[in-house]
Parts: sequence; C-alpha cells; structure tokens
Amino acid sequence: MKAILLDSIERDLPVAHRDRTLLRWLSTVDHKEIGKLYLMAALLFFVVGGVEALLMRTQLAVANNHLLGPDAYNQIFTMHGVTMIFFVLMPALLGLTVYIVPLMIGANEMAFPRLNAFSFWISFSGGLLLYFSFAAGGAPNAGWFNYAPLNQENYSSSPGINYYAMGLLLGGIGSVTTAINIIVTILKMRVKGMSLKRLPLFVWMALVNGFLIIAAMPSLNAALSMLLLDRLMEAHFFNTTAGGSALLWQHLFWLFGHPEVYILILPAFGIYSEVFQVFSQKKIYGYVFVAASTVAIGLLSFGVWAHHMFAAGLGNTVNSFFGASSMLIGIPTGIKIFNWIGTMYGGRIRLTTSMLFAIAFLIEFTIGGLSGIEFSIVPLDWQLTDSYFVVAHLHYVLLGGSLFGLFSALFYWFPKITGRMLNETLGKWFFWLFTVGFNLTFLLQHFLGLMGMPRRVYTYQDIPYYTILNLLSTAGAYLMGIAVIILIYNIFKTIKAAPMENKDPWNAFTLEWYAGSPPNEKNFIDVPVVTSRRPFWDLKNPENRDYD
Amino acid sequence: MLSLWENILKVSPDIPLQSVLRSSSQQAEQINRVGNYFYLAAGFILLIVAAFTAFVLYKFGEKKNNGDKKTLSSKWEIAMIGIPSFLVAFFLYLNIKTINTVEPAVNGAAPEAIITAHQWWWEARYPSSNVVTANEIHLPVGKKILLKLLASDVIHDWWIPQFGNKMDMVPAQENYLWLDIKQPGDYYGICSEFCGAQHAHMRIKVIAQTQEDYNNWLKQHQQAATTTTFNSGAQLFMTKTCGNCHRINGTAANGSVGPDLTHLGSRETLLAGLLENNIQNLESWIKHPQQIKPGANMPDFHLDDTTTKAISDYLFSLK
Repeated sequence: MKAILLDSIERDLPVAHRDRTLLRWLSTVDHKEIGKLYLMAALLFFVVGGVEALLMRTQLAVANNHLLGPDAYNQIFTMHGVTMIFFVLMPALLGLTVYIVPLMIGANEMAFPRLNAFSFWISFSGGLLLYFSFAAGGAPNAGWFNYAPLNQENYSSSPGINYYAMGLLLGGIGSVTTAINIIVTILKMRVKGMSLKRLPLFVWMALVNGFLIIAAMPSLNAALSMLLLDRLMEAHFFNTTAGGSALLWQHLFWLFGHPEVYILILPAFGIYSEVFQVFSQKKIYGYVFVAASTVAIGLLSFGVWAHHMFAAGLGNTVNSFFGASSMLIGIPTGIKIFNWIGTMYGGRIRLTTSMLFAIAFLIEFTIGGLSGIEFSIVPLDWQLTDSYFVVAHLHYVLLGGSLFGLFSALFYWFPKITGRMLNETLGKWFFWLFTVGFNLTFLLQHFLGLMGMPRRVYTYQDIPYYTILNLLSTAGAYLMGIAVIILIYNIFKTIKAAPMENKDPWNAFTLEWYAGSPPNEKNFIDVPVVTSRRPFWDLKNPENRDYD
Repeated sequence: MLSLWENILKVSPDIPLQSVLRSSSQQAEQINRVGNYFYLAAGFILLIVAAFTAFVLYKFGEKKNNGDKKTLSSKWEIAMIGIPSFLVAFFLYLNIKTINTVEPAVNGAAPEAIITAHQWWWEARYPSSNVVTANEIHLPVGKKILLKLLASDVIHDWWIPQFGNKMDMVPAQENYLWLDIKQPGDYYGICSEFCGAQHAHMRIKVIAQTQEDYNNWLKQHQQAATTTTFNSGAQLFMTKTCGNCHRINGTAANGSVGPDLTHLGSRETLLAGLLENNIQNLESWIKHPQQIKPGANMPDFHLDDTTTKAISDYLFSLK
C-alpha cells in the first residue's frame, strides 16, 4: 500500500515553555494535550457532581429527613444537573472528539489550534465561575432548566442564578467555537482518499454534532443574556408581574435543550459504532443507515422542543404536532440499536470492559428510549411528567447512553492516549458494580414516579413504599460511588505502570491506531492513502482488503 | 429545633398510596387505556432487543465462532424501518384521539372551581357560591367539571395521580382542566413543578363528595365565621396584623396573600398537608414558622405564649 508523506506540520505552532510543566499545560495548542485537559477537567467535575448526587440521595434515603434543609438541597440538585450536563458530559465528549478526530482523519492538528485552546479555557472558566457562586452568597437554586419566573430576582435573591447565566454563557461560547473548529477540521483536513462516505462513524457523529451545537447554542445564549438583563438591569423579558412571559423562557431554553440531549448522545453513538466493530472483529452492519439516521436525528431534533411543555397549556393542536415529531425520532434511533446488534451478529465478540459497557448500553438505552417515546404520547406525558419517572428516564438516557459511552471510550482509547492498558480485572469490577448500582438506583425511580412522587422535592412524607424504594435507590447510588473509586484507583495505578510495547492492543481498524500510542507531538510522518472505511485494517491485511 | 422536628414526624398525617395506574376519574381511565397498549408494546420491544442481544452474545463469542463470517441480510434493515413506522402510526392515532377526549375545547364553559397556586399552598374559589378555602378542595363526583388553574407567583403544577393528567399553573396565563371523578373519597396530590424552597410541602387534598354532600358543604362554608367562645384571640388576630394577609369572612380581616381562615377549624391538615390540624400544631406554627416550613412567606412575629395560645384557640374554633 502506498503511503503519502505529510508536509511538515502546516505551520509552526507556538510550543511555549516546553520545560515548565504548568506553563506548558497553560499555553499548549496541541489538540492531544487540549483533549487531555478537557478529559481531566471533566473527571474533576464528575467527582464534584457525583458527591452532590450522593448528598441528594443521602437526604432522600428516608422520609421526612432533615439532614439538608430545602435551601441546601435546592442548590445541590441544581448544581448536580448543571455540572453533569455542561461541565462533565459536554467537555468529556468534546475533549474526546478534539483528541481523536484529527488522528482518525489522518491530520496532524485541528484546523484552528489556538481557537482550540481558547475554547477549552473559556469553557473551563465557565465551570469555575459557576462554582465560585458558593463563595459569593449561594449557588443557583432553580434547577438546571431554571424556569421563569422562579429565576427572577424577586423569587431567587441570592446571586447564584447570575453565576449560572454567566458560567453557562462562557461554556456556550466555548462549545460553539469548538464545534466550528471540529466541522472545519473534518471538512478540510482529511487525508487523501478519505471521502465522506469513508469517514469513520465516530467522525460522522462528530460532524453532525458540530452542526447541532452551532444551531442550538445561540438560543440558550440569547435566553441567558436576557435573563442577566432581567436580573441585573431590570429588563422584563421573563418577569410576569411586569408583562414578561414565563413560557418564553421555556421555548428558548428547550429549543436549545432538546438538541442538547442529542449533542450529548451523538458522540457516544460514534464511540459505540467504533467499539462494536473492533470488539466484534467485524465491520459495521449498515454504515449508510447509521450515518444517515444520525443526520435524520439531527434535523428532527430541532422540531420537538415543546414536548417538554405538554403540561404548560399550549393547546391540543400544538401538543399533537410536537407529539408526532418527537415520536418520529424513535425510528432512526431504533435503526441504530438494530445496526449495532447486527454488527455483533456473525462476529467474534471479545468481552472487554469497553465492550461490556457498549453491550449494557444497548439494554439501558432501549429502556430509556422507550420511556422517551412514552413521553411523546401526550396523555402519558401529562400523567408522568415532572415526576420521578422523568428522573429515571433521563438518567437511563444520559448515564445509560452518554456516560456508558464515555466509560467504553475510556477503556478503548486509554492505551492510545497514555500508552498504558487499564487493568481489565479492576475494569470488570467497575463495570458490574456501576451497572448494578445504576439499575438499582434508577429502575426503582420509575415506580416512585408511578406512585406520584414529584421530582425535585427535598423530602417526602411517609407514604407506603416511598421509604423502601428511596432507600434502595440510595444504596444503588453508593454502589456507583464505590465503582467510581475503583475506576479512579485503576487510572492512577495504570499511569504509574510501565508503558506497553504494542501500539495497537485491540487490533483496531482506524487511523488513530496507525499513529503511535501515545502519538508523537506531530501525529503522523506519513499516512496511507485511504481506499476504504477501515484504512488501518487494510494496511495490516493487504491480502484481505476492504473495498468500500 | 430537633425536638420540634421529632414532634412533626409524629403528627405527619398518613397518606395512602396514590398510584397513577388506579383510575379514579374518567380522564385517568382514558389515559391508562393508552398506557396499557404502550406498556405492552414497550415490554415486547425490550424483550426482543434483550433476546436478540443475548442470542448474538451466546452464538458469536470469540471462543465459539472461528472464522464463520455471517452477515445479516440488508432486508432486515427495511423491516426495521417498517415495523417501528407502523407502531408510530398506531400510537399517533391513539395519542390525538385521547388528547381530544380528555381535554376537549373549553368554549367558554363555566368552571366549577378556580384554583390558584401560591408559594406554597393552594387557594380554591367556587364562583357559584363565593366560597373560598385552601389546600383541602371539595369537588362533586359523577359529573364532568371544569377547573380553572392559575398561579399567583411562579409556575406550579396541579397533579392528583389517580385523576390522571396534570396541568401547569402559569402566572399571567389561564389554564383549564376537565375532571370527572368516579367515586366519593379523599384523593391526594402534590405540586409537580419545582416552585422554590418548599416545593416538597405543597400537598393537595381533594375531598370528592356526592352532589348533595357537596352542596351542603358549600352552603355551610358560605356562612361567615362564628366563634363559639368569646376570647381575646379575635382581637389579637387584628391587632397583631394577621388580617393584612389572611381573610376571615365576617370580620375586618380580608387579606388575600395567605390562606383564607374562615373555617380553618374544619380542616384536617395545616400548611398544605404538612401537619395535622390541632391546637398544638397551630401554636407551634405561629411561634416558629421558619423552623417548621423554612422559606414560607409567614413571618415570625415573636409573639409571646399567651398571645399565641389565644390566637390559636380562636382560629381552631372557626369550624
């Protein structure tokens, strides 16, 4: 197979203070180091958000508990949601994208390396600013979707919501600039021969995701700016006592908020698409369907936002429309689940930790997806929205979907990033404890919802079954906590261990494994001309090459 | 402080299990019919996905399968679009049909009750009889009634699980809900949209009555407040400015910020379902509102024991 020589890196990049650790991390513009910064920042916030979750579950372990008062609880549940969505899942998925995409497409850098550094630091500052609110008089306390008019000065007088708005604005700017960077990189910097129909599926998802971010974020950023004007300068966008509209906030928020759900899941879909192929030792079943259904999901995701507002009194016509559009999303999503199982069919399945998370995802995400379709049926939504059934549903989608994807990616790409293999035995302990804990916590919350327990309550009265179900749910949360401690131990233990010899431990298919593990500062010296969807496979099996 | 809480734990009123799957209204029955179809279809789909996954894992493990390269026919892909599309069409039909039976257009119909949500309690007004009450809402059974739902401050949400659907109460907006309760009895619900500090303690109790009992209740509650014993409580209620926020029909107290207290003694609970209604609880509440329901709009007036006792006696005597 012919290899082409890459030009020496397109232009000289500043590499400041190579000999000073802290200054080097602060000034780097290397996409791999920025990717690592994203991942480490996400891990930090993950631990913080996880502690918040455990505090909540401890408060809710028994009826009429008064460990945390309403004031503390309302701040903590708000911070848990905001942290996990904006400062854990988003940066982890974007960081992984920034690290892996250039390697997968045979490029030596992102299209805009300096913008890449800017994006990370501004997002990270957003997270720090958000947490500074604790020191500044109180964290935000109106939930992650922060409904008007509860978010107004007269109902939430602590400065927390100002920090919410400013922190998320910074995070939002960072996400948009990263998205632009990712799109340009994918469209302009692919190696010779890698046409769009040969793009690895992880890259496909990253591309669609980039467009989703660019289209969805402005709505949030506008809403946050209007909220700041309301709170700091007495504008009246959302102040209902002065002619503002409560529902305007909901429309603007969910016009961002629902595509956001897909922004969190599409990169994970990309991860699964790679993991299923490599660990089934077989190429993807229905490449075109997987890619095309992603585009369909991306387009549909902008026409479904009002399904978060079925109980707001929008009227039967509006509800029918948004019910129909939301239900349609079930079709392309179902196709994907089928394609992944179809990929395993006929393969030679290796049950690594990475693969276990991918397989568990199929079941957890089907549960979360089905309860999602339930919420697109308006009368059932009327019955169960804002109850613990929603809490269960959203965690099945975000944990069972996005977080399981990140765990799968962590075990799959950790050797790529560090040159060291995570311990598989500890990995399997981690997988089983986490998965059992996860299902214990959230499966039971479906029943609490069916028994009329509303979400976001800091305590509950002693109603039959409430205490036992909540107690078990709390026990599950602690199991997940223990599992995460095992994971962190595994990571630290592995980093200190000796590097591995083999740069391709999984016998993988895509170009990032053609580079070193870890890759050199300059990713590639030469790259093969791509002639199929599995370029590295072709290189290793010249007699048995793909033609697609 | 702690002993106060222990006290509350003991008197916290018992609430029976409220399951959405029990249909106590015609609306809930319609909704649960859709639910039954859905849970059946969803359970079936989950079973298929789990079984297919288990089969594939069993059949194609690395040790079992050596080089046998099978691939699914792409015809399955077409089936995977066809079957879900059919299901979507079916549920879309049920969806639209049920929306319109459960919540038909209001067309200017007169509401039986106007319910206004406040941080953190419920106000009920009955336009036909000018009765005003709070938290324990009496409604007639066996006929289709309309509720008008309003909010005075932030967004709240009306939800009685056994009555089926919930409806937000949005400030500066009028929402409506149809309700046809099947049997007399007590039904419990709770505010379901996060509304601030005491969202957890915003319970609704609906006392569903036959038309006759309901009419009697309305008639009785139209009466102005009568107190059997003369005491200083009535005067203290006015001089300590309680009347600026609370209304007691037949006296000069006509505030509208807090709950109407005209017939407070006849209610079973206090503070939107938080406490059992008795003299001791009433006294504790008046003395320590911010410890019992932190964040509530009731200020602590630092009243002495005699004053608190007199006011509580007076309020509790308002049957």
